[in-house]
Amino acid sequence: MVVTGAGIITALGRGWQANAAGFREGRRHFRPVTLFDVSRHRVKVAAQAELPESIPTRQLTARAARRLDRAAQLLLVAADEAWTQAQLDGTKDLPVVLGTTSGGMALGQTYYRQAIEHPHAASHQAGRVLHYLAQSQAMVVEEAFGFHGPITIIANACASGANAIGHGADLIRSGQADVVLAGGYDALSELVFTGFDSLQALSPTECRPFDAGRDGLALGEGAAVLILESEARARGRHAPVLGLVAGYGAATDVHHLTQPQPEGNAAFQSMQLACADAGLTPREINYVNAHGTGTPLNDSAEAAAINRWAGGAALEIPVSSTKACIGHLLGAAGAVEAAVCLMALQGQWLPPMSINTPDPACRFPLVRHPADMRLEHVLSNSFGFGGANATLIFGRAS
Amino acid sequence: MKRVFIHGIGAVSPAGWDVSSLRQALNCGASLATAALERPGWKHPLPARRVPQPAPKLPFLAHARLRRTSPMSLYAAAAAMEALQGAGYIPRASHRLGIIFCVTAGCVQYSRRFYDEAWRNPATASPLLFPETVFNAPASHLSALLESSCVNYTLVGDPGTFLQALSLAAGWLLDARVDSCLVVGAEEMDWLTADAYRNFSRRVVCAEGAGAVYLSCQSPAGNAGAELIAITGPRLYLNGMSRLKAIREMRADLPSGGADALLSDSVAGWPARDRAEIDAWSDWSGARLSPRRVLGEGLMAAGAWQCVAALDRLRQGSHPTALVSMAGSHQQAIGACFYVGTNG
Repeated sequence: MVVTGAGIITALGRGWQANAAGFREGRRHFRPVTLFDVSRHRVKVAAQAELPESIPTRQLTARAARRLDRAAQLLLVAADEAWTQAQLDGTKDLPVVLGTTSGGMALGQTYYRQAIEHPHAASHQAGRVLHYLAQSQAMVVEEAFGFHGPITIIANACASGANAIGHGADLIRSGQADVVLAGGYDALSELVFTGFDSLQALSPTECRPFDAGRDGLALGEGAAVLILESEARARGRHAPVLGLVAGYGAATDVHHLTQPQPEGNAAFQSMQLACADAGLTPREINYVNAHGTGTPLNDSAEAAAINRWAGGAALEIPVSSTKACIGHLLGAAGAVEAAVCLMALQGQWLPPMSINTPDPACRFPLVRHPADMRLEHVLSNSFGFGGANATLIFGRAS
Repeated sequence: MKRVFIHGIGAVSPAGWDVSSLRQALNCGASLATAALERPGWKHPLPARRVPQPAPKLPFLAHARLRRTSPMSLYAAAAAMEALQGAGYIPRASHRLGIIFCVTAGCVQYSRRFYDEAWRNPATASPLLFPETVFNAPASHLSALLESSCVNYTLVGDPGTFLQALSLAAGWLLDARVDSCLVVGAEEMDWLTADAYRNFSRRVVCAEGAGAVYLSCQSPAGNAGAELIAITGPRLYLNGMSRLKAIREMRADLPSGGADALLSDSVAGWPARDRAEIDAWSDWSGARLSPRRVLGEGLMAAGAWQCVAALDRLRQGSHPTALVSMAGSHQQAIGACFYVGTNG
């Protein structure tokens, strides 16, 4: 199946062009968090996105548009770009498959604060309940675009976005759908930011994936949406193709709720399954977009898994993590990184990351400077809390 | 052509920690007693139906992953184990067990506690609480308990999502992605959930628990398992689709079931929400189960109870066919049909 539309918003900007330019240069975009009070937190920065002044609300009523939460706004921006690019306006019954970890978390927080501070004040509370639910942002997309297809919300922690795209691809492959809108989104929220801060998982310096001196991750926010389509249908309507979804694998790490098995067994299994699904060997993968959060345990486990999966080919497969540029987007990460892979395939370049000293555990070359490269197939890893592991493989559009 | 069979069912509900207690409560038909949930800032507590303490304590609840986890993880684990044990499931390294966990509200108790700490002083918020707030924490515990590294999805949505999960499980089985699949829906009670639902109805009583269905393509011995015949496409309450129209269209997509079929519906004693579903099935003359009337609005757990209760009736030989009608509050209407017949 092929990708005929892609939309993205991250701290690097809104849209394919702005993000491709930023990722190609390895531009970092972190700033002090202004969405909530971080004065008492250990870490005070994140890759906070800039929402456009005008959100593409399409068919939403003015009332519905006024009630959009930040997560829904991010999602709508990405969905609008993807849908516009795909030029599929006659299609309304497509499945919508989205990954998220938080849904409308900020509304849930507001609900709780009002329930405690003003226990007898019910104003706006019903609306907050409705829009807090994780399926509500998908309902907004359906309403805005006039869709009526089934909604699937996958909440597999930080692998959610990759699982959503993989599941969307499965729907097309199995003949259940010809077109699928798939992606991921997450807005920064106080609860989640504090959660990672409390775990001391946030870097007090800089997020440096696979650096020997790495000291944690950085959080970000954003959304990415892909329009997946059967190749026959896309070719039949002469749609421009951004790339192919060539393979998908998913596995579960049962070692610990928050820590990966040190050898990355499930990550290895996930990469193997994706390669088998694509009918490719590691030697045929030209670039790995790693999960690469920048935490000591995650990166060492992923490095071990890549070393084992690639075997003798490890020395020749460049690896980087774009979380060095835009932070960890949690439920959106897998979808945004899928879009980055498509950008790299289309532009034939590698996304670099800024680090000081490569971790000697990495037998593979780390992409540290902007570079052009011939890319046919690229692999993207997404791993999450709870041991959710997902791998996607994308191919260059012929 | 491959078919999909139900090999095991499990339930945890305010009636108790197994399917037989669920059956007894539904056969009795009386609404279960409510417990009082203290709500900060209010003199009067909120009513809710809680899961009783297990007696005796179930041995697998001593698993390291389940010692400090949320109640919903315990409910999910107990329902899953009942479904698997009933099917004679034995974990084998070569067996690919897919897991799909479904939830609406999620781990509310830990989330509420953690956010309260974060709000009051983020510098002292407990890192022990945060990981359990994540939607897929219970699913992760299930995989660990069952030692399964196979694919595991957590789906979030209204209770109809449980039927979407059964459909997804069937897809995985028919595509041979997994050898068998466990679908679990669970929910836990907190004053915050009860408070949230009070914004929509003063009459609704929230509840907690879990339900589990274990499926495979292997034909069960005798009539020990029902066959999954159909799951309709979800009908969303959007873009001019009223609840009534959505439920009617869903019903039209279901097989008729016959005169001796059972209907398991989502009527909850919440008039504004129930009206459309009652109207859409007003000419139904067969047997009918409404688990929420007895057990309460258990959100995703209630969706699972609807299926489990219907499948249990089939297993008991009361009916050859069961239809499940799920009309969620705000998302969609979706239905399913199960059948017990010859397994040839």
